[in-house]
Amino acid sequence: MDHSIEEVLKALLSQFPDIDFAPAPLLEREDKSQEQICIRIPADRLVEVMRFLHGDERCRFEQLSDLTCVDYLDFPKARDRFAVIYSLLSVSLGHRLWAKCFVNDPAPEVPSVISIWKGADWMEREVWDMFGIRFEGHPDLRRILTWEGFEAHPLRKDYPLRGRGEREDYQVLDRDSA
Amino acid sequence: MATTPEIRPEDYRSTYAPEEPGGDVWVLNLGPQHPATHTTLRHVLELDGEKVLSCTVHIGYLHSGFEKLGEHHNYNQYVVVTDRMNYVSPLANNIAWHHACEKLFRIELTPRCKAIRTILAELARIQDHLVCVGCSGLDLGGYTAFMYPFNVRETIYDLIEEVCGARFTTSYTRVGGLMQDVPEGWTERVRHFCEKLLPPALADFESLLTRNRIFIERTKGIGYISHDDAVNWGLTGPLARASGVRRDLRKDEPYLCYADNWDGKGRPAVEFKVPIANGGDCLARYLVRLAEMREASRIILQLTEDLPEGSVDVLPGDKQTLPRKEEVYFSIEGLIHHFEQIMTNRGHTPPVGESYGANETANGELGFFLVSDGGNCPYRARCRPPSFINYQCFPHLVVGHRVSDVIAILSAMNIIAAELDR
Repeated sequence: MDHSIEEVLKALLSQFPDIDFAPAPLLEREDKSQEQICIRIPADRLVEVMRFLHGDERCRFEQLSDLTCVDYLDFPKARDRFAVIYSLLSVSLGHRLWAKCFVNDPAPEVPSVISIWKGADWMEREVWDMFGIRFEGHPDLRRILTWEGFEAHPLRKDYPLRGRGEREDYQVLDRDSA
Repeated sequence: MATTPEIRPEDYRSTYAPEEPGGDVWVLNLGPQHPATHTTLRHVLELDGEKVLSCTVHIGYLHSGFEKLGEHHNYNQYVVVTDRMNYVSPLANNIAWHHACEKLFRIELTPRCKAIRTILAELARIQDHLVCVGCSGLDLGGYTAFMYPFNVRETIYDLIEEVCGARFTTSYTRVGGLMQDVPEGWTERVRHFCEKLLPPALADFESLLTRNRIFIERTKGIGYISHDDAVNWGLTGPLARASGVRRDLRKDEPYLCYADNWDGKGRPAVEFKVPIANGGDCLARYLVRLAEMREASRIILQLTEDLPEGSVDVLPGDKQTLPRKEEVYFSIEGLIHHFEQIMTNRGHTPPVGESYGANETANGELGFFLVSDGGNCPYRARCRPPSFINYQCFPHLVVGHRVSDVIAILSAMNIIAAELDR
C-alpha cells in the first residue's frame, strides 16, 4: 500500500470509527506499493464520508475521476447486487482511492455527490441510465445516452446483448401521423 | 481541515435554465447535423439576441453499447471496438485498452514492445492534436490554416498503414504484445517525419494562426475555466493543463517508456516537458496542444534513435500472447497454441479481481476499469472516456458568450462523439 494512502485510511478511521471501511486491494500484486486500494462506504453515510475525503488535508481528493457501477448479479460469491464505484483522485497529492457503495433491488438508490464534485453530473446520469440506480439529490436526473421513454437499463446483467426488440418495435412516423 | 465549498443547487441549475427569460429570448437548435458540431451532438441554446443565456446538451446519438459489447468479447477481440471510440487517434485507444488488460493479467511487456507502443502513442497524440488545432482554425473561418495540419497528418496515416495495414481502424495491440513487429526501415521514416516534415508544417501553420489578430480576439478569454473549477469538473488532459493543472499521467503515474528503467537494464525514462498554460481559455488550449506536439516529436526522436532489439511479444512459452500467424499456418505447435488461446473454454484467463489502468491520451485520461470473474471475457469493461467527462462543463463555459463563440469553445475542447457516447 502506498504511504499516502495509509495516511488517508488512518484519517478515515480516526474520523469515522463506527464505519467498517474494509480497505482491500482491487487486485493483489507482488509489488504492494502498486496496489489499488478500495474501501466500502454504506449508502447512508456516503456524502458525509465523501465530503471529508474531499476536504481533509491528508486526503484532498479534489477530483472525482470516475463514477461507475457494476452489476454483480452473476458474479461468483457476490452478496450484493450493485456496487456504485467512485474513483477518487488527488491532483495535489497524486494518490487514488476507490470506494464502493453497495445497493440492492428493488429500488437501488444512493445519495448524489454532485454537491461535492460538479463532475459527478453526467456520470450519475449515465449510471441511472445504464443501471437504473437513482441518485437522490441530483438536480437533473434524466437519461443521457438512451432516449426518454426507453424503459430498460441496458448494462444490467439481466438485459440481453441484442436488446428486447426496441429497434424493431420503434414507432415509425409518417407524414399523416406526424 | 479545509472546508468544502458548498455548491448550492440554485447556482447549479442556473447553467441549465435561467429563472425567468424576459425580452426577446429565442431558442436555437445547434446540431445534431451541423458542420461545426464535428459529429452528432445537439445543443439547445437559449439566446438573447446573440448572447447565450443557457445551453442544454443532448448526447447519445452515437451510443452503440460499447461497454455491453466489452462483456461479450475477450480481451483481444475488444481492441477492435476501441478503434471506434476516439477514431481520430485509434492507436491511443488500443494501447490504453491493453495497458489496462496487462495490469489485470499482471504482464510485464518486452522493451521493444514498450518502445514501439510509446512511439505510436505519441504519433497518435500528434495526429489528434493536428486535427484539433486545424479545426480550431477552420471553425473560426480560417480555412487555409486547416489544410496544413491535415496535409502532414496524411504522412502519419501512411506510417500507421505500414505497421498494421489499416489507416483508420488499427487494432494493432494484443494482450502482452503487438499484432506484428514494425517493418524494416519504418523507424527511419518516422524520424524523417519528425525531423523534416512536421516542423515546417507546424511553422507554416503557426505563421497563419498563432499571431493572427482575428484568431487571438476570437479565442482569448473565451470559454474560461479556472484551475479549481477544472479539477472539480473532472477535466483532464490539455483542457486541464491549459487551466494550470499540473497533471500528466505520463509523469505522475508513469507507464511504458515514460517510467524509469523501462527496459529492465536501467534505461531512464524518455525526456519531455509537460506544457502548462494559465490562461484557461481557448487560446491557452490551442497553445498547449501545439507545444505538446513538439514534445511528442521529441519523445519519438529519442526512442527511434535506439529501438531495443528482441521480440515484441511476451515470450511465446508463457502462452500469454497469440502466436504469430506464420507459426499458426505452418506449424502444428503454433496451431494448437492458437486454438488454446481463442477457444472459449481454454485460453489464458486473468485472475479474479478488479483493476484500473489509465493512459494519457490526446484528450486526457483514458482509463479502463476491468472486473474479471476469471473467465475469458471481462465481467465489466468500464471505459473512463475523457471526452464525456470533459464535455459536461460545456454549458457552464458557453453561458454569457456569443453564438459564434460556442463553436470556438466546442472546437477547442476537441469532443469526439463516438467516444462521448460509446
